[in-house]
Amino acid sequence: MRLSNTKSLNELAKTIRTEHKKVQTAILVCAGTGCLANGSLEVAKSLEKTIKRRKLDVKLHLAVKKTGCHGFCEKGPLVVIQPGEIFYKGVTPADVKEIVERTLLKGEIVERLLYKDPATKQRIEKYSSIPFYSKQQRIALRNIGKIVPGDIEDYIAHDGYQALAKVLDGMAPGDVIESITTSGLRGRGGGGFPTGRKWRTCANAKSNGDGDDTIRYVLCNADEGDPGAFMDRSICEGDPHAVIEGMIIGAYAVGAHEGYIYVRDEYPLAVQHLGLALNQARQRGLLGEDILGSGFSYDIHIARGGGAFVCGESSALMKSVAGEVGEPRAKYVHSVIRGLHDCPTVLNNVETWANVPWILLNGADAFAALGTPKSTGTKAFSLVGKVKNTGLVEVPMGITLREIIYDIGGGIIRDRPFKGVQTGGPSGGCLPESKLDLPVDFDSLTEVGSMMGSGGMIVMDDRTCMVDVARYFLKFLVDESCGKCVPCREGVYQLWQILEDVCHGEGRPGDLEKIEELSKVIVDASLCALGKSAPNPVLSTIKYFREEYEAHISAHKCQAGVCKDLFTFVISEEACTGCGACLRACPVDCITGAKKKLHTIEIDKCTRCGACRNVCRFDAVEVV
Amino acid sequence: MTEKTINLEINGRAYQSREGKTILEAAREAGIQIPTLCHSDALEDVGACRLCVVEITHDDWKGWKGLVTACLYPVEEGLEVTTDNAEVQRARKTVLDLLLARCPTSDVIRRLAAEYGVTQTSYKPSDLKTTCILCGLCVRVCEAKGASAIGTAGRGIQKRIAIPFKQPPPDCIGCASCAHICPTNTIKFEDKDGVRKIWGHTFEMVRCTACGQPIMPEVQMEFEAKRSGLSPEYFTICPDCSQAKTVETLGKAFDLESAETRSSS
Repeated sequence: MRLSNTKSLNELAKTIRTEHKKVQTAILVCAGTGCLANGSLEVAKSLEKTIKRRKLDVKLHLAVKKTGCHGFCEKGPLVVIQPGEIFYKGVTPADVKEIVERTLLKGEIVERLLYKDPATKQRIEKYSSIPFYSKQQRIALRNIGKIVPGDIEDYIAHDGYQALAKVLDGMAPGDVIESITTSGLRGRGGGGFPTGRKWRTCANAKSNGDGDDTIRYVLCNADEGDPGAFMDRSICEGDPHAVIEGMIIGAYAVGAHEGYIYVRDEYPLAVQHLGLALNQARQRGLLGEDILGSGFSYDIHIARGGGAFVCGESSALMKSVAGEVGEPRAKYVHSVIRGLHDCPTVLNNVETWANVPWILLNGADAFAALGTPKSTGTKAFSLVGKVKNTGLVEVPMGITLREIIYDIGGGIIRDRPFKGVQTGGPSGGCLPESKLDLPVDFDSLTEVGSMMGSGGMIVMDDRTCMVDVARYFLKFLVDESCGKCVPCREGVYQLWQILEDVCHGEGRPGDLEKIEELSKVIVDASLCALGKSAPNPVLSTIKYFREEYEAHISAHKCQAGVCKDLFTFVISEEACTGCGACLRACPVDCITGAKKKLHTIEIDKCTRCGACRNVCRFDAVEVV
Repeated sequence: MTEKTINLEINGRAYQSREGKTILEAAREAGIQIPTLCHSDALEDVGACRLCVVEITHDDWKGWKGLVTACLYPVEEGLEVTTDNAEVQRARKTVLDLLLARCPTSDVIRRLAAEYGVTQTSYKPSDLKTTCILCGLCVRVCEAKGASAIGTAGRGIQKRIAIPFKQPPPDCIGCASCAHICPTNTIKFEDKDGVRKIWGHTFEMVRCTACGQPIMPEVQMEFEAKRSGLSPEYFTICPDCSQAKTVETLGKAFDLESAETRSSS
């Protein structure tokens, strides 16, 4: 049914809500990529089958909903039962019978499926009482985990398209821009450019100089490519309509009638859900010609990216959308003035767009009240690495790194010492323990040599070699540089070569100075932001972990036990209990020792894989 | 439409340029040399080699200054450009040092690098065995010519100038513009006995109807004729003979004219 005006949208919302109220118990099964990989679809199927067989849907008005990512990926597959917020983790099809019998029929809790807080050793029943969730504040992720992504009605029931209705019902385009400006929203893709200012520049821009001032584009960057980042992916998969609604509002504000979502083809579920959502929105008259009878028209196409990291850079993205080779151009004239097909173009990333409807609906001031004065609102992060609670989190800006890593993340795996946290993806930097109390906002992170980036956060423990980390990110950038300009193509490659030498014990005195010198030229003279920020991982690690580089270069030692040419393992006489765990774990049988006697490693046979060190509960395997 | 005059400063002296011009154009008009490798007056600039970096600042920029490529940066009112200082030198020197590591055997790069004091690269020499600096002039000229027969493939250090599926490119017209524009003479072609060999193709050449010298590949002639709308015969005379013919025609006309002048007086 096509909605011809905002009144019919409100009526539809009312009807759907009445319908939804009939459901007394909703079982929300996470169908985000992480849980899917762990078999959540089988859990959902099994639930549906059992419920149908026993006709519980009629008796108890049960509904199984396959939702987007709940965020606590570490513990998946996740199932939440509403009302009551009962949170079950690690659910398998074998648990379904018990869930149905006890929880659904008798209202009892299945203790063993509850989350156990490692700090208090207590089982926690409610979703919102789990520390991982209690410190979060969800705006961009507001619906994810609650609604069925492929169902526009579920989105509408959760205030979906209400912001668009409000905008079309009486706000002038200038008022919309003003509202976004007042909210203080800054681009969540990495640059942190004020969104309102970007929109205004586009709205006021003269077109490509051919006299046609009517063509403008509004695009969405869903080319998330940072290693370990999955915020935008989760939003596209779990709440595609939020992105679409945001884009329509943006298009109305700047006067665009066409747009693209540039999404990685490696995100099949995101591509599928976005496509589905676009079709649904079009059928309902929320997208396309004469949206909600307002006279305003705007349509969105999907452009699938081939997986080049550089295509996340605005000018390269626009070239790729236009069908050309995805290479950046010099942006002495910004893409907001001369963008796609040389027309004024607004490009924001997924998370930025998902914030827009919330701001319009709840007010710019409500958004500006969150976070810090210069970085308002919240930010989604994918918290990964050596942290206990891996997952997708959204927190108010200004929260400290310590709160994210220790309170939400639960601290370091096996309570090992914290060493560093990498933020901002390959263009970001690594921060040491002394920066743990730094507030997480755009400017603070930049000040200390890292960056917000799009929200990847990789936690590292004492067994991480920072030289190796820098080398890893440089290699990533060597492979992902488009190869157009010399400093990035040749310079980053040479930086990587130097680090390769250092990690193999072939570092020379003066290497650090050479790295710093070359880095400066790469930063100053590269064509695009990929090159300009490429030395960040190595510069920030030199800044905070210089002694580790020096140990590699002058002493040929890797204390972290990562660079295989620069250390050996020995078993400590004092610490070894002779339990035999290392002996069993060793894949090359180079450990010998009788039970309850000191074990020894045959150095010549050892491949330094670290399996012994990982299994030793007494920290007896030492790096020398 | 008259282009607006732009006042700017280059190396401390005031100059005038026009809106839409780049720093490189303004500087060259002022007789100031800026080195380039990937620039051609005939083609659109891309800013690949970064050799033309210059430092810019402006009274309104609160002390901000930075390096930009002269070939792309448009002149603006009040811009202050420095084409040669320590920062600029350092960037150019590093760029050439890096290019020398990539192409240790290229005479052009060796000569240019030496001008900036680099006789031996400070980086690890590449084992790519190439003299191609990936300036992309060949691809751009091929595109401008209308053939678009060659392109690039790969990314980063693996990037290369490529032909489709490593086969002789079907759209190549054998004009050899790519070889002529290549700043490091990497692209080779051979003209012998009325035949041109390039990119794996063997092209039969059209011979001049006057002197019999080979002029251009037949394929190129057909392409040029079609593109210009001129008759193919127009292209069957070589530039030398064409010039000689013009001189002859003009000479006759002049003779005739002077004869007429004489008779009327």
